[in-house]
Amino acid sequence: MANKSILVIGGGISGLTTALEAAEVGYEVYLVEKNPYLGGRVAQMHHYFPKLCPPNCGLEINFKRLRGNPRIKFFTCAEVEQISGQKGDFDVTVKVNPRYVKPECTACGECVAVCPAERANTFNYGLDNTKAVYLPHPFAFPLKYVIDRDACADGCRKCVEACKYNAIDLDMEVETVHLKVGAIVYATGWQPYDATKISYYGFGRHKNVITNVMLERLAVPNGPTGGRIVRPSDGKEPETIAFVQCAGSRDENHQPYCSQVCCLASLKHITYIRENNPNAKIYVFYIDIRALGKYEDFYTKVANDENVIFIKGKVGEITEDPATGDLTLETEDQGAGQVVQQTVNLVVLATGMAPSVTAVPAELAVVDAGGFVISDIAQTGIGGAGCAHKPMEVSASVRDATAAALKAVQAVVGGGK
Amino acid sequence: MTKKQAVYFCTGCGLGEALDIPALVKVAKSEFKIQDVKEHPFLCGPEGVALIKKDIEAGVNTVSIAACSERVCYDVFNFGPSIIVERIPLRERVAWVQEPGDEDTNMMAEDYVRMGLSRAKVTELPEPFLVENPSKTILVVGGGLAGMTAALEAAKAGYDVVLVEKEAQLGGWAGKVYKLPPLVEPFTDLAENNIPALAKAIEDNPRIKVYTGATMESIAGGPGVFNAKIKHGGGTAEEKVGAIVLATGARPYDPKKLTYLGYGKTNVVTHAEVEEMAKNGKLKEVKRVAFIQCAGSRDPEHLPYCSAACCVETLKQAVYLKEFNPDAQVYIFYKDIRATGKYEYFYKAVQQTGAVFIKTEIPGVQVLEDGGKLAVAGKDIILGEDVTIGDLDLVVLANGMQTNAAFGEEVVLEDAEAEAAAAKEEEAAVKLDQIIKSNMLNLVYRQGPEMPALKYGFPDSHFICFPYETRRTGIYAAGVVRATMQVPAAIEDATGAALKAIQCVEAVARGEAVHPRSGDISYPEFNMNRCTQCKRCTEECPFGAINEDEKANPLPERTRCRRCGTCMGACPERIISFKNYSVPMIGGMAKSIEVPEEEEEKPRILIFACENDAIPALDMAGIGRMKYSAWVRVIPLRCLGSLNLVWISDAMSSGIDGVMLLGCRHGEDYQCHFIKGSELAEIRLSKVSETLDRLGLESERCRFHQVSIMDYYRIPKLIEDFVAKIDELGPNPMKGF
Repeated sequence: MANKSILVIGGGISGLTTALEAAEVGYEVYLVEKNPYLGGRVAQMHHYFPKLCPPNCGLEINFKRLRGNPRIKFFTCAEVEQISGQKGDFDVTVKVNPRYVKPECTACGECVAVCPAERANTFNYGLDNTKAVYLPHPFAFPLKYVIDRDACADGCRKCVEACKYNAIDLDMEVETVHLKVGAIVYATGWQPYDATKISYYGFGRHKNVITNVMLERLAVPNGPTGGRIVRPSDGKEPETIAFVQCAGSRDENHQPYCSQVCCLASLKHITYIRENNPNAKIYVFYIDIRALGKYEDFYTKVANDENVIFIKGKVGEITEDPATGDLTLETEDQGAGQVVQQTVNLVVLATGMAPSVTAVPAELAVVDAGGFVISDIAQTGIGGAGCAHKPMEVSASVRDATAAALKAVQAVVGGGK
Repeated sequence: MTKKQAVYFCTGCGLGEALDIPALVKVAKSEFKIQDVKEHPFLCGPEGVALIKKDIEAGVNTVSIAACSERVCYDVFNFGPSIIVERIPLRERVAWVQEPGDEDTNMMAEDYVRMGLSRAKVTELPEPFLVENPSKTILVVGGGLAGMTAALEAAKAGYDVVLVEKEAQLGGWAGKVYKLPPLVEPFTDLAENNIPALAKAIEDNPRIKVYTGATMESIAGGPGVFNAKIKHGGGTAEEKVGAIVLATGARPYDPKKLTYLGYGKTNVVTHAEVEEMAKNGKLKEVKRVAFIQCAGSRDPEHLPYCSAACCVETLKQAVYLKEFNPDAQVYIFYKDIRATGKYEYFYKAVQQTGAVFIKTEIPGVQVLEDGGKLAVAGKDIILGEDVTIGDLDLVVLANGMQTNAAFGEEVVLEDAEAEAAAAKEEEAAVKLDQIIKSNMLNLVYRQGPEMPALKYGFPDSHFICFPYETRRTGIYAAGVVRATMQVPAAIEDATGAALKAIQCVEAVARGEAVHPRSGDISYPEFNMNRCTQCKRCTEECPFGAINEDEKANPLPERTRCRRCGTCMGACPERIISFKNYSVPMIGGMAKSIEVPEEEEEKPRILIFACENDAIPALDMAGIGRMKYSAWVRVIPLRCLGSLNLVWISDAMSSGIDGVMLLGCRHGEDYQCHFIKGSELAEIRLSKVSETLDRLGLESERCRFHQVSIMDYYRIPKLIEDFVAKIDELGPNPMKGF
């Protein structure tokens, strides 16, 4: 008899949605997330476009659904190691990496006070540091601390001594969990395209060239700058900002597809900047502004701002003035055949989405050239949802993840009961 | 059930140091006469939990946990469905936001214990509302691509489906096209029109019953018990269904309104006309053709939104032209080519066929007659010069789409109701939902026959994170009736809507609410003896869940209910209650607060906070160890829409110095998951202010703030500002009466 449980890999907005939607129909669901918290990439966003509302609001509702639903079992710090079998009958090996903090953690925070070591804060894309023992972010669900053992000082046990609840185990080992499921949904989301690969834009070399996801963290009130959008080189608020659209997208040398979200993300970022600085002048270098449907209203709103200038053209190269940290963008005016130059204080690269799918068993599922999981879950029992399936924005991801839940249900009921 | 109460105080996480636990124990023992009162230094640890479990085995069935917020340790303190658990959040709401050991801190903690225990005393375990033989059949209205997809996907999951299509055959708009845009990798080749195959699959599927040439005469009832009457073949068929997918599609934007782009001239046609020509082989003669994108779309004079599908449709038709005539020359006048995601591959492929793309302003291009042929003139933005493309055989207008839900008269209040509304003018209620009589569902709902229309008439969800958060429970719009979208998106949308419909019928069968309170089995009960037929509950229910009889008595349709409690807040007679949430219960919490005498100079401020956003924000303030005034006491509400004014007037008459409401943002970009709860609360508050004025109490003693979940760093300041205001006003003169 077919196994009716569903495995969802990835606990971001898509994975949470697929898991909750299937569980609320009545199916048993396992949710496996590699981070020490659920919420994924959207937990790092300041606002959603076009409503400019905080993602934590929707996540909170989803966590509430999760807390109240006995049919979902979730694992954090966990990765799927191996999958074998077939639709209706998969064997899955899940590796649960040590958190070094036991479930008894009450999140009292005493450990952080005594921890002497620091690590780069990956949640803030390395824009600041946390202690080696840390809460991944203020809204982390589950609200449990985690330890980055690589960052610990040799032999240090200060946190262990400080914890009144005996909740820290520095010798915690990897655990292996075996699951039997009938369908598997990859909802592993996306990575920002590695901007260092677009060498002529100077990311990593020019301090004041940042990416769109970094800007998101700068804008958040609880982010590394307390919500101030400033230049990394001198901490000053930029007066002129350029957005470089399609940085690595729609480009045969990088990612040939359109990442779908970057236009609206940049429009949203412009609202962050303009809200804080009435004098800021913004240049957007673009190929096409792709604001589908009602998103057009949002584009119209931003385009009506006279401090925002849209320039059609693909930026060729960005150079830095080492004295000021300012940047000059060179863009070819396609018709006149001449090069236009624009100097600004800060450049934001609208880097696109690369799927963050790993270890999809080739004999069981279909992955396209870009790395997206495209097989039909109902047919093969394995497929993708959200940005592991194709590039898309949050609303479309939720829609796709809901559809994936039905496909997974079909897979486990064998196409009709 | 006979309650056997026990109270557990956790002294961990600094609670033991910050609070005078023996004083709190005394509150439980002497004020509430509870004998089972225990302390533990680590209540959520295995030993603490075992302590509670042991008492439960000995007969305790109502457990009050004075420790942390219910947002944490929810799993360890879950003792199954037969045990009532009340959490008293001393950690986040008191110990972590106040000076440890302070007298005022402890008074605050005592009040939280009082509020929690008074609630635990009266709350009851809810029992689900179960309907007899609920239907699990899914009704799909509309037999186009989205409707056919929803029907087939639901059937494949094992559910019976009734599919209703108004035309004589299935297919809708997609049934009339020559080919579809690419649907599979590598996204460069057109897809054969799969509608005949889908129609065959539906015909062959024994679970799907199809009515063609049929429309909905009426739909009464609610999820699980919808009674759908289908006008069909001169008669009426009846079907009992559990949930509904609305997939009635869109229509092309009326080209008669596009004369400014040359419509009316010979050989100026629309996308739909090109499909006809392709099917009839009439594209063979076409050698030179120009497409004009955004014909009506992205234009404030016509359709301000982007129709989403037209760029890809034009690319598709450009391929048709090459297919019928390899020498055909195609020009595309556009503002932006919106071939998103993998359609970028398709765009590239069409560029490689030699099609010429001209970026221009639309409107702004002109369609001219050119010696028996046509010409299109406009400014080429990239070249920076005017261009004219002449000698054209055909000009195609990419004329966009409008949802079918936008067509029809708007529902207006009947005369009597309009008069009554005018009479109640000062009570200016929340703007009524716009309902357009599009003749698609014909719901027998007191609030109107169709789904409420949002911007541009789309019956869309307002939420990014919850695209299926419908305003009519159990009815899910899908495809281009809901929002403009491309073909693959419509297929996904229909599949997602089918899942939501299935989920709804399963939830109804279990007696549970659907999103956002999914799994909640409590429901409102109406004590009809005391009803005064004021209609407030029927008017204010955001989900249209309450009908009325001819005498204006409310007729709640239980399975349409989303359990927000807006009706409970609206009812002036306080006749609406949930087993675990009621006016006396919350009122009792407020009354349990000990109000010090005026001379003590310890004002008291009551905060009613929405549990979806404001409460988590308050928790975050606690976790961040932010300090705020020890005068405040917070009571969580399901939604501020459930706020009953009697709580405020009672609080004021018992000497509480100020009341603050923390609700979600409202207005155009509202954040309330029950649509208008916070807005209703603010309107209600404005009314109580007038009452206060008449009593000689300053209306500034009540205040409303819109907060988001991320406003936790702002909340201490909001509280301090209000405390300053209350200080300025002085003590409530009702104290001691």
